[in-house]
Amino acid sequence: MISRLSLPNAVKGLPLPSWLGDVASVWLAPILVLAALVAAPLLLSDFRVALLGKFLTFAILAMSLNLIWGYAGMLSLGHGVFFGLGGYAMAMFLKLESAGGKLPDFMFWSGLTELPFFWAPFQYAWIAIPMTFVVPAALAGGLGYLVFRSRITGVYFALITQALALIVSILFIGQQPYTGGTNGITNYTTIFGFAINSPTTQIVLYYATLATLALTYLLCAWLIASRFGRLLVAMRDDENRVRFSGYNPAALKTIVFALSAGIAGVAGALFTPQVGIISPTMMGIVPSIEIAIWVAVGGRGVLLGAIVGAILVNGAKSGLSESFPAIWQYFLGLLFIGAVLVFPSGIMGLLRGEGWRRPEWLAADRLPGFAARVLPGVKR
Amino acid sequence: MSVPYLSKALGSLTSNTLKLLAGLGLILAVACGSEAPPAPASAPQGSAAPAAAAVESAPAAEESDTIKVGILHSLSGTMSISETAVHDAELLAIDEINAAGGVMGKQLEVVIEDGASDWPTFAEKARKLLQEDQVAVVFGGWTSASRKAMLPVFEANDGLLFYPVQYEGLETSPNIFYTGATTNQQIVPAVEYLLNEGKTKFYLLGSDYVFPRTSNLIINKQLEAAGLEAVGEEYTPLGHTEYSTVISKIRAADPDIVFNTLNGDSNVAFFKQLRDAGISAEDLPTISVSVAEEEITGIGADNITDHLVAWNYFQTTDTPENAKFVQAFQAKYGENRVTDDPIEAGYFGVYLWKAAVEKAGSTDVAAVKEAAKGITFAAPGGMVTIHNENQHVSKTVRIGKVRNDGQIDEIWNSGAPVSPDPYLDSYEWASGLRELAQ
Amino acid sequence: MEVWASQLFNGLSLSSILLLTALGLALSFGLMNVINLAHGEFIMIGAYTTYALQQVAAHYTGDPQSGITFLIAIPVSFIMAAAAGYLVEVSVIRFLYRRPLDTLLATWGVGLFLQQLARSIFGAPNVQVVAPAWLSGTVSVTSGLLLPMKRIFIIGLVLACLGALYLYMYRSNEGRRMRGVMQNREMASSLGVSTRRVDSFTFALGSGLAGVAGCALTLIGPIGPSLGTFYIVDAFIVVILGGLGQIPGTIMAALIIGMLNTVFEFGTTAVVGKVLVFAMVILFLQWKPAGLMRARGR
Repeated sequence: MISRLSLPNAVKGLPLPSWLGDVASVWLAPILVLAALVAAPLLLSDFRVALLGKFLTFAILAMSLNLIWGYAGMLSLGHGVFFGLGGYAMAMFLKLESAGGKLPDFMFWSGLTELPFFWAPFQYAWIAIPMTFVVPAALAGGLGYLVFRSRITGVYFALITQALALIVSILFIGQQPYTGGTNGITNYTTIFGFAINSPTTQIVLYYATLATLALTYLLCAWLIASRFGRLLVAMRDDENRVRFSGYNPAALKTIVFALSAGIAGVAGALFTPQVGIISPTMMGIVPSIEIAIWVAVGGRGVLLGAIVGAILVNGAKSGLSESFPAIWQYFLGLLFIGAVLVFPSGIMGLLRGEGWRRPEWLAADRLPGFAARVLPGVKR
Repeated sequence: MSVPYLSKALGSLTSNTLKLLAGLGLILAVACGSEAPPAPASAPQGSAAPAAAAVESAPAAEESDTIKVGILHSLSGTMSISETAVHDAELLAIDEINAAGGVMGKQLEVVIEDGASDWPTFAEKARKLLQEDQVAVVFGGWTSASRKAMLPVFEANDGLLFYPVQYEGLETSPNIFYTGATTNQQIVPAVEYLLNEGKTKFYLLGSDYVFPRTSNLIINKQLEAAGLEAVGEEYTPLGHTEYSTVISKIRAADPDIVFNTLNGDSNVAFFKQLRDAGISAEDLPTISVSVAEEEITGIGADNITDHLVAWNYFQTTDTPENAKFVQAFQAKYGENRVTDDPIEAGYFGVYLWKAAVEKAGSTDVAAVKEAAKGITFAAPGGMVTIHNENQHVSKTVRIGKVRNDGQIDEIWNSGAPVSPDPYLDSYEWASGLRELAQ
Repeated sequence: MEVWASQLFNGLSLSSILLLTALGLALSFGLMNVINLAHGEFIMIGAYTTYALQQVAAHYTGDPQSGITFLIAIPVSFIMAAAAGYLVEVSVIRFLYRRPLDTLLATWGVGLFLQQLARSIFGAPNVQVVAPAWLSGTVSVTSGLLLPMKRIFIIGLVLACLGALYLYMYRSNEGRRMRGVMQNREMASSLGVSTRRVDSFTFALGSGLAGVAGCALTLIGPIGPSLGTFYIVDAFIVVILGGLGQIPGTIMAALIIGMLNTVFEFGTTAVVGKVLVFAMVILFLQWKPAGLMRARGR
């Protein structure tokens, strides 16, 4: 695979997709999944549609993680933060719309008398909505630049992003006047003037989420098929070789990390109006690890895997906790263990007939660059 | 330039498209998992559950011979430490009601959901209980955050929530009954009591979230009205377990009372470490508003002996109803279990709802709300009455001192039940709170 | 002056707690590249073992405050947590060597499972361990400087653990094999060391140390099913700063973080203090990505 990547330098001009010829064979599965999701509201109750809508935002989130983990080999345990930031940006917009020019309720509880300056722009949708992408992407870009420049990868990267999740959630809890504290931001009544809880609005939001999911899928598929995408895979498999071939892995990684964070933010922005609340619990350590589990269950490095994994794990979580409210965590724990132990290629790996084998790149002796140098006992 | 890797990978998918479709069917089936029968309330109703599930699709749930009620507390995650006991008390009340013939001759059928200490999950499960199970009422919630997350769901779906925990006030949702204390039934009288006792140097210590912050906002106003100022105010993150530095700060500020609004586990660490630092209740008393008998068990009674707490109910409260309640609770859940204020509020909330339904003659939300006005019940902690407008209950305020066996001795009470005043309209120093809140 | 002296002691005490919770983690990472997110739950096992032992002892002797019981609880907690760790190693982790990110996910699942297990066995509410009488009270250095006995005891316990670990690693045959595998797994293996056995032992040892930490933490903190979650992230920060898997680095990191945290918290608030410490750790890793001590492997 790597030999195929001895391509001319730089990432100039993403090439026209040459897989157009394969359209029928490549796109059949995603189209069928899409069709099922389009038809779902006809078959399900309002509540289940809302639930599925929430799962779809998780599917977008999982895809964003899959992009950097499954393809570029960087496991971020802080993706909940980016999801949360997008959700907060959207929540600020919704809260200001619902407050109707007055100060949001939680601000006065905390002793504020006027709107903080950084809240003011969020009353405009044309600022707030792009911000759901820009804010998380900027944070990830900044952090990524620092981290990747120091050639921090693998386990270190995972743990540093985990620390990020902790810091950001503590900060958001602590800054109650500006963020709503532990409660988060909740109780919005309208979105663009429509009652946010009405079944019609919820259906519209469902299809908006589905459309975003489809677009994200297309974007990722295009990206991965491009030279940029193959560089990511090459970096995952052997970072040094990519570096020696004249590329700058730090720049590539920063770009894809920021993009991934931005997509996660958009997912968060769709989550907030459907669920009716965004709170620091979404940004903590636990949800961020769960995202990784969705991807692992679905199949790392397969685009559709993240979607299938996110919907399946969350469906199972909801179903199990409804049926066995007191003991469902046993099942969840076992699912996590099983996902990596028994079917490391995930559901998509099973479907593709890879059986129980794990993808080769998951082995530590294929860990790229820094980690392999530092981790004792790992021979390359 | 082809991309064999990708097209091969994706291409091989198509040969397995049928498998994938089967998988997707499974996903949807799981997502629609509600068709599983709900948990039956108790032994005699077990057989009724499948029948109720069968008629679930029919909107006229009233015609069945059971009434569905929901219980929504955190049974997993950090908050399960406190919430499982309230869940137990609500189940006890429902069992008692069913054993005594039910509500309007109908047995109650319980649907239990787990909020998992996660606020969006509370919103999801509340929506499920209202839309899927179409329960007549939900008993649930503990943290303010969980209540705030559920509030829009209950308002949008016109459901009923009985919320059993003391909270920071400044809220009156038409769809929530607040059976715990609001600020003027716990915090405000506690500060008044301390002022009367001659305390002047207050140190405010709390966990960093909405209840302590709002409480301290109110306490600061109240102190200001008395011409005083807190000598310190400190917040620690939720789940904080290292208090030696905070204790150093308290020592340096030299207060004569610590007003403690720490939450849950942090109390265990704080009181253990306070005692280890050689500070006894005699040297520096504290008054806690989130530490009840259940928490004392985890803290260890000897670590908190002689410190003060403010509540509306203690296990030692001397009423015939309480003797019966404690006996029934321990008979069902074990001799070593304790009861406390939120447990009692969860318990009598079920009875208040029952009384309102029987008065209204229906479980219709509007009718129940109308009938609930002024309803009284002889709760274990004394008479409680639902307020005509704000849907809180009037209840007796009590201040107690922790004994070395983990029980609490009442040292002061308000005499009569105190009428709820969530916006503190009747206090001059609190003027402006209501305007700000709306 | 006394305030600063007592803050210095507080910092030392926090460092000792951090080190106690991080030591086992550093060990299992250093040898096996296993990121053990269930480490917090092994701490919990230690705490519940102490609780259970005290309940049993109180049942037979009628004296819950018996100081002997607590002393016995330390090795018993070690054994229980080590046994649990051994089980997890043979049943889950050994299939995941060379996949550090996967061990992270699987051990997270193990942690969830163990938390629920604790909830099923002991109930969701917190339980209480009565501290022995000889650990109550304070040592008074000057009239204003009182040092809690329990914290002095924990510092002593950490020193004892370090001493025992040193003896094990540098004075026993098992320890020599362990160091061999740590430095060069393949070479050790070809010289006849059973790396499988060493792995299992080391993981059990690390888990056992977590159990000791759990036993000690019953003295000062809450004891409930989610106890481990309060300590696990701080422990990881210590291990990262120390240089993954380096015991001397871990000791230094625990001291630095404990001291800084105490100083920051005293000067600002607990929330700001925590955030400042994390920010400094991340900045430090910019400068030295491998942490304080670099591994000698390779």
